[in-house]
Amino acid sequence: MNEIIVQVDEMAPDGAALTARLTDAPDTEAGTNMGTGAVATFLGICRGEGGKLEALELQHYPGMAEAQLERIARQTLSSTGATAIAIHHRHGRVLPGEPIVAVVATSPHRKAAIEAVDTVMDYLKTDAPFWKRERWANGETSWVDAKPSDDAARAARADKH
Amino acid sequence: MPGTINVLYFARLRDKIGLEAESVDLPDHVHTVGDLLRLIETRSDAHGDAFSDRASIRAAIDQQHAGLDAELGSAREVAFFPPMTGG
Repeated sequence: MNEIIVQVDEMAPDGAALTARLTDAPDTEAGTNMGTGAVATFLGICRGEGGKLEALELQHYPGMAEAQLERIARQTLSSTGATAIAIHHRHGRVLPGEPIVAVVATSPHRKAAIEAVDTVMDYLKTDAPFWKRERWANGETSWVDAKPSDDAARAARADKH
Repeated sequence: MPGTINVLYFARLRDKIGLEAESVDLPDHVHTVGDLLRLIETRSDAHGDAFSDRASIRAAIDQQHAGLDAELGSAREVAFFPPMTGG
């Protein structure tokens, strides 16, 4: 059975901890007894913007955020052949250098796992209801604008799959 | 068609309107997300300002992404928000 883990909270995502939760379960397909040969981890980090950024403040839509991440993980499992996917996305205040999101995928061979984390991130950027606000060291705040390149990447995925 | 619907706002829209959510009575002519948007934006100048840039409005019905032409049906909750910027 494929396995999906979704976590949304104010804790710093930890790729190693997520990996352990996927692979330390020998009775699942992702477990080492059942043929996992590859684990890919992506960690998204808050940039410091040259020391000008004090923090990111992430707002989310409780309930929908979890449901969308689950949907994205499920769709990515079927489109890439990865055997398990874990996504941990943070909300609240994030300091420069701290992780915002961790995505872990497992597969028998490396390409499916690497493809899976990239795919999850492309869909997450446009479909998961999170919004970043920058709090600058000079006291100003600004909502981050969505990037047209994110929509383009998602559209390219949707065409391919 | 439900009599009232819970409307949620996020990010810039929440800041401009000054509310996280509000309950909205639905007149008979409101059938779609777009109808609801046009009703809500007349509530105050702040609402009008929040919805003025149509290209940057996204919506969800009962926590599923929905276009402005989507039917409200028996929806209990509609959310309006700008394009997402997670990850």
